[in-house]
Amino acid sequence: MNKIRWLNFGFQIGAVILALLFTTVVLLMAGAPPLQAYLYIIKGALSSITNISNVLSAWAPLLLTTSGVLITFAAGLWNIGIEGQIMVGAIFTTGALRLLQNSTVPSGWILLIGFLAGMAGGALWAALAGVLKTFGGVNEIFGGLGLNFVATAFALYLIIGPWKRPGIASTSGTLMFPDKLWLPTLPKVQFSVWALGLGILVVILVYFLLRGTHFGLRLKAIGKNSKAALLMGVPTWQYVMFAFLLCGVFAGLAGAIQVTSVYHRLTPAISSGYGFLGLMVAMLINYQAIWAAPVALFFAALNIGGIQLPIVLKLDSSLSGVLQGILVLFVLLVEGARQRLFRKR
Amino acid sequence: MRTKVFKITLLAMVLVIAATACGSPATATPAPATQPPVTQPTAVPPTAIPPTAVPTVAKTFTIGMVLVGPYNDSGWSQAGYEGGQYAVSKIPNTKLIYVDLGFTHQGVTPAQLAEQLLAQGANMIIFNSDDFKDDSNTFAKAHPDIPTIMFSGDQSWVAGQAYLNFPNMVNIMPRAEYAKMIAGCAAALTTQTGKIGYLGPLINPETRRLASSAYLGAKYCWTTYLKKDPASLKFKVTWIGYWFNEPGTTLDPTKVADDFYSSGYDVVMSGIDTTEALTEAKKLHDAGQKVWAVSYDYRNNCSTAPDACLGVPYFNWGPEVMVQVQKAIAGTFKQDWVWMAPDWTNINNPDTSATGFINGQALSSDAAAKVTQLISEMASGLNLWTGPINLQDGKVYLTAGTVATDQQIWYLPQLLQGMEGQSVLP
Repeated sequence: MNKIRWLNFGFQIGAVILALLFTTVVLLMAGAPPLQAYLYIIKGALSSITNISNVLSAWAPLLLTTSGVLITFAAGLWNIGIEGQIMVGAIFTTGALRLLQNSTVPSGWILLIGFLAGMAGGALWAALAGVLKTFGGVNEIFGGLGLNFVATAFALYLIIGPWKRPGIASTSGTLMFPDKLWLPTLPKVQFSVWALGLGILVVILVYFLLRGTHFGLRLKAIGKNSKAALLMGVPTWQYVMFAFLLCGVFAGLAGAIQVTSVYHRLTPAISSGYGFLGLMVAMLINYQAIWAAPVALFFAALNIGGIQLPIVLKLDSSLSGVLQGILVLFVLLVEGARQRLFRKR
Repeated sequence: MRTKVFKITLLAMVLVIAATACGSPATATPAPATQPPVTQPTAVPPTAIPPTAVPTVAKTFTIGMVLVGPYNDSGWSQAGYEGGQYAVSKIPNTKLIYVDLGFTHQGVTPAQLAEQLLAQGANMIIFNSDDFKDDSNTFAKAHPDIPTIMFSGDQSWVAGQAYLNFPNMVNIMPRAEYAKMIAGCAAALTTQTGKIGYLGPLINPETRRLASSAYLGAKYCWTTYLKKDPASLKFKVTWIGYWFNEPGTTLDPTKVADDFYSSGYDVVMSGIDTTEALTEAKKLHDAGQKVWAVSYDYRNNCSTAPDACLGVPYFNWGPEVMVQVQKAIAGTFKQDWVWMAPDWTNINNPDTSATGFINGQALSSDAAAKVTQLISEMASGLNLWTGPINLQDGKVYLTAGTVATDQQIWYLPQLLQGMEGQSVLP
């Protein structure tokens, strides 16, 4: 068993090395010194308190989305709709904050209500995908994609419609919330311990949920073979719905963090791609919750550190995204190769 | 094995939390005091940033620029970038670093991008878009020792409606209304259908006043030089929703330009940051249709499609950026709001004029002569922002003979009577 695990680990490391080699070729083709580029990414992520705090700010929502999709992946579900769930979570949070911002309710309570609203919004949107899947027979990938579009369109409607800035119709976003409705941050940085605390709490929760509970075991059973699980007495559709709901709650929480801690308003890009990034992290770690935190941190560091590439080396700003994509592609490729190899044996 | 790894990870997480939570309790800094709009600037002189905050002359002074689009977009961002380059070319021991708001860095705010520029040694930050207003405020508040410039914006205008007391913030903006008037004139003198389309970005006071200025210029030349009935001039504005195309978020400017051309609007004026109107005009022009475009933002972008380009009203940021950099180096940088007029002795002088208009090859010699006449009339005092001017809903905005104040132009609440298109979305 241990030997197989080490072999799997070796395959994953091999995939990372292949991805790095491929990225190196891309960098060379772009006329950039690869080693320097990697060093700048590291420097951009870690060279100052501000940079580290920016990495941690990106880490928090990514932890939440990764945790969410680990649950749906366990149930054998590709919750592509997580982007929409973040968006609707952010919409609900914004709605709650707008509703209460001029009231006498203390700001701490408003933030709490905003977070609960965000979780409810994310859960609602995930429930729709779940209902489409379990009762409508709509594949969750197609349902999720459709719901993502609807969520974005709804956010746009609100931003340039009922929630537009006075006298302005711009897709850039709603009016910024006052400071009192910003999630408290450490002095001189934009990093909120609250946001990170939530992210870490959730990833620990998901780890134990999937590893040490009957719920996790049954979810995995459904993921492996839902018909067999049903025959064994597992109420499959209820579990599938619950997996969607839980993922939606975490996605909504990520949306709430984006509103209260990062953008302080609703923007059409409020999800920041953290849903898709979370899916990539989950795939990269082969759906093992234990690795979610460090790999999500690595991806967050790539996002922030990658900014140095256009600043210093005049490389396109999309390069760190390319690196992330290549990494996942190679891991999937190597995983496929590994499975074929073992099957032949 | 797993348990061990988990314990190590857990320990690391606890350490991170402990380390980051060691600072003083998080408290929200009080919001800067806002002042109610006043009609005249107050006499209180803004405080200069202490000289200690800027490097000595011997050291390299680094200008950091956060761009809303690519530095080579042939539009707004390139004009801004070249403004920074101009300052660098004129002031010894200076350099420019920049970053654009690449879409893959969604999740990174413009303020955070500015901090990355600081990490690379930037001594001054320039935010080049109206869209960065919130972020430039956040940044200026968090870094009171860093001279911060925002292109456009009014938060440093004491007499404005959104004044914020940030001693390290300067707004600069060319009075491109004049260039837009000239552009509108070129469009009116060229159109054969009497229908001008305006490809608008998002709706805000800036875009309303620029589109309206283009209309005023078009109307003036239509009636004064061509002696035509103003009612026979159609001027329609379609807003795409943002400064440039964002698939899935905005209207597609290529399709909007196409719609204009296919519905009889033979001249399309661009008000967005990129060159779709010109590209579409070229495509149709090459296919033999008599259509034209007036480009925008960047002085050289007619070169994209010279045969279809009537001209370009553009921004020349360089001279004012140079002044502000010199102030920062000297330690005299202080809060200011600068709305720079063109140099009427030569509106295309790169060293003195903040905005200008360059004729395109497609502008006929007769029209070019009339455009020159308009420029010379404006240089002699012609002000098209003079009443009678009514708003789109028919309300009187300026009575006959009344000249608009800066506030009336800057904060234009609607498009003007005679223009089609939305002033504000319902």
